Amino acid sequence: MSQNALLPLLLIASSLLPGLVIFFLPENAVRPRTVLNLTGAIAKLLLVAFMLWGVSRGESYAVSYPLLPGIDFSLRADPLALLFVSLSAVLWFLTTVYAIAYLEDAPNRARFFGFFSLCVTATVGVAMAGNLLTFLLFYELLTLSTYPLVVHRETPEARAAGNRYLVYTLCGGAALLLGTAWLYLETGTLTFAPRGFVAGSDTPAWALVTIFFLLVSGVGVKAALVPLHGWLPRAMVAPAPVSALLHAVAVVKAGAFGIVRIVYDVFGVEYAADLGVMDALAASAAITIIYGSLRALTQDDLKRRLAFSTVSQVSYIALGVAIVGPLASIGGLVHLVHQGLMKITLFFCAGNYAETLGLHKVSELDGVGRRMPLTTAAFSVGALGMIGLPPMAGFISKWYLGLGALEAGDTWAVVVLAGSSALNAAYFLPILHRAWFCPPAGDWPPLPAGARAETALALLVPPVLTALMVILAGLLAASPYSPQDWATLVVLREFYAP
Amino acid sequence: MTDALLPLLVLWPLATALLALLAMRTSAILLALGTLGNLALAAALAIRLPAGQDVSHNVGSWDAPLGIALRADGLSTFLILITALASPLLALHASAAYERPELRYFAGLFLLFMAALNGLFLAGDLFNLYVTLELLGLSAVALAALSGGPLALAASLRYLLATLTGSMAYLLGVALLYRAAGSLDMLQLAGRGPDLPGGAVAFSLITAGLLLKGAVFPLHFWLPPAHANATPPVSAALSALAVKAPLYLLLRLWMVVYDGAWPLVSDVLLTVGAAGVLWCSVLAIQQQRAKLLVAYSTVAQLGYLLMALALVPVVGAAAYAGFALLLASHLLAKAGLFLAVGNLARRAGHDNMKDFESVVRHMPLSAAAIALAGVSLMGLPPSGGFNGKWLLLQAALEAGKGWVVAVVLAGGLLAAVYVFKLIEHTFGGRDRPDAESLPRRSEWAAFALAGGAIMMGFAGYPALRLLGGVP
Repeated sequence: MSQNALLPLLLIASSLLPGLVIFFLPENAVRPRTVLNLTGAIAKLLLVAFMLWGVSRGESYAVSYPLLPGIDFSLRADPLALLFVSLSAVLWFLTTVYAIAYLEDAPNRARFFGFFSLCVTATVGVAMAGNLLTFLLFYELLTLSTYPLVVHRETPEARAAGNRYLVYTLCGGAALLLGTAWLYLETGTLTFAPRGFVAGSDTPAWALVTIFFLLVSGVGVKAALVPLHGWLPRAMVAPAPVSALLHAVAVVKAGAFGIVRIVYDVFGVEYAADLGVMDALAASAAITIIYGSLRALTQDDLKRRLAFSTVSQVSYIALGVAIVGPLASIGGLVHLVHQGLMKITLFFCAGNYAETLGLHKVSELDGVGRRMPLTTAAFSVGALGMIGLPPMAGFISKWYLGLGALEAGDTWAVVVLAGSSALNAAYFLPILHRAWFCPPAGDWPPLPAGARAETALALLVPPVLTALMVILAGLLAASPYSPQDWATLVVLREFYAP
Repeated sequence: MTDALLPLLVLWPLATALLALLAMRTSAILLALGTLGNLALAAALAIRLPAGQDVSHNVGSWDAPLGIALRADGLSTFLILITALASPLLALHASAAYERPELRYFAGLFLLFMAALNGLFLAGDLFNLYVTLELLGLSAVALAALSGGPLALAASLRYLLATLTGSMAYLLGVALLYRAAGSLDMLQLAGRGPDLPGGAVAFSLITAGLLLKGAVFPLHFWLPPAHANATPPVSAALSALAVKAPLYLLLRLWMVVYDGAWPLVSDVLLTVGAAGVLWCSVLAIQQQRAKLLVAYSTVAQLGYLLMALALVPVVGAAAYAGFALLLASHLLAKAGLFLAVGNLARRAGHDNMKDFESVVRHMPLSAAAIALAGVSLMGLPPSGGFNGKWLLLQAALEAGKGWVVAVVLAGGLLAAVYVFKLIEHTFGGRDRPDAESLPRRSEWAAFALAGGAIMMGFAGYPALRLLGGVP
């Protein structure tokens, strides 16, 4: 097996093997588990860095294995895959560090970290899937490996949330399976190709439209498109690292990424627009953006507010996809990365408030900025980025989305973006105001003896780092290997005919 | 030389079975010897079977119609191999589940059961098929009665009546065929079934008998109590192996002797299969006892097999491959699931799901086995169940039967409901750390079987190569 075929497998193995080994380690083997986790995460980072460098020079990394006649298990590291893989590799590393500290002394850590690694494995597989069937395989694996994380606390509430999650995602999976099987029957292939493989088949348009909606509603469940979003706010009962994983690294992202793959590499965006399905997708994305923001306004629970904010923000990606034109595509793709960075910062900070001071509600956050200045600063960066303030990363996404909408003549999309920014400000700024400017309601519990910072270092460093990344991704957007630069490469190389 | 393997595949388990019944102390060794030897023979056959061809052997060099003809093609070799892969693990679990006198009976009966099963897959004429079918049924009934509880005895009596009735119907059909054609050899009868006088009646009798023995909905009434009240290795053997044989036989008779005749048959089997998938999945969801849930899941999954079988004459290859892969992956998954649930029940002392104590902490391997087997039963990738379901979907789409597609997908979702009902109860609940802990091999056997169902997902290609074309 050549080196180029081996690398995608190694990338999968770097989280799969630690995950499987961890299942068989005893619960109290903390040190071996931590070493395994971090070794895997670092190995994955190095592999991704190497492959990014290779792909930018025109190398291609692919491997495939026949499952059934005409159906391959196929992994391929194309530029789009690497965009998602790099995001999840970086965030997996930070989330692992965070989770080790967050779950210190909690029960069932072996199980937690085992499934955590499986979850990331599935995400990397979703990213690198070379055909729709491999995508489906990892997409379902993601569902199954996330379930034990959602019910991790084993309370009746957690189990109810887990059941809700399963109902949504398994029905989505069934829709995806039906669409995939049907598409295979019609076209005889499922291999992703630049600008799609559907165009040119003699399938009737109504069948293609149905298949499109089956596929998109299948992935739309995980992307939390309204009305398929009901599971996401419920799943907030899970521990903070899981929320980070659901919202930024894996699940929601896998759904949004699926929309990108289906539109660009299955149908081809211009062909999809000819079929008339892009308008429906755009409308659904716009409704989701506004609906999520409106619901976020009224939530007092901090994590629930963030959850509805995710519902809204992830649909920026779908909106960017649905507007035909390279600028909007760049905006949507780059938001895949930017939203991940910003949202994980916010969830890390929310976890820090809960873990350090026991604060879960927005109304309890008065004056928390004085007690936990670094955490609150990171939170502020994330929140301002969500609103779209320059020079934060969120500004770049919105700028390209807006330009793309104007280029395509969709002025209504600009109105949606502006409205959403205003709503973002309306639900994030009050939090910042409370945290920085309101006097605290009482005395904060004293720092534990020997503490060197406002909270455990392993809890503090990840959000600060991701907040820095949010700023850097915005400031250095034009430099090589920035998310924006890479998204441009993807869009120009793969999505639109030169 | 390859053809000499065929009688050995029957004689080896038979000989070890007789020894096991006679010998007092060596049951465990004989069990291992019998099942592993059988596995070696099966592997040798699978390796040496020329691609796409048959191997046949006339016992004592007597030709048909006088002698006993044994034949192996891709389908029978595949099934013998999968059965042989599962049986050492069942034996391993059994060696931890029974005390000495019971283990001796189990060893003898189980090996007899294996001999009958191999004989059934290899038999080339209708009368020997009857003999092996009867032997299979009787050894299965005896196994089901092995735990000795009043519930198990009542259930196995019902099982006995059902299987005897089924055999009688089958035998009557065979007698009609013999009177009309003067031969019982399947190759001599090939394709002649529909034109023989009384051929249709014979076919209905044979089909009804086999469906009853195969516990296909709506003739499944005897299965859930029999499977749920037996001891775990027996439940696994019955649910995974025993009920598959009649369906295999139905496929072979229908395709060879009747040449897939009468479109009506296909429609009826399809409808019956679909109804079974839906109705029995719903019944499975309603169960409170874990083993009953698994038993009803078996009946539901048999519906898939029947649907695939019904489509074989209509679309050919895809349905045939789907049938074989669904059968094999259900075999492995259900064996693993029954063993795992049996482990849970043994630790708890009962199998009421609501009162399972936080199992996942103390028996992670059994919980994992439930999850892996569940993946295959739900038909999620990567698993043999998914491959089979994918082929079944392709077959249904190819045949233009949209409603079959809908049933397959709905059945998958219903399966998810009952599988997760089971999984959900392995989380949470009271913790009872002082409960009896099980031998490790009980857990590993379940885990290996369930893992095998997942690995089937990656063995689709070799499996199809071994299977060859539609018989």
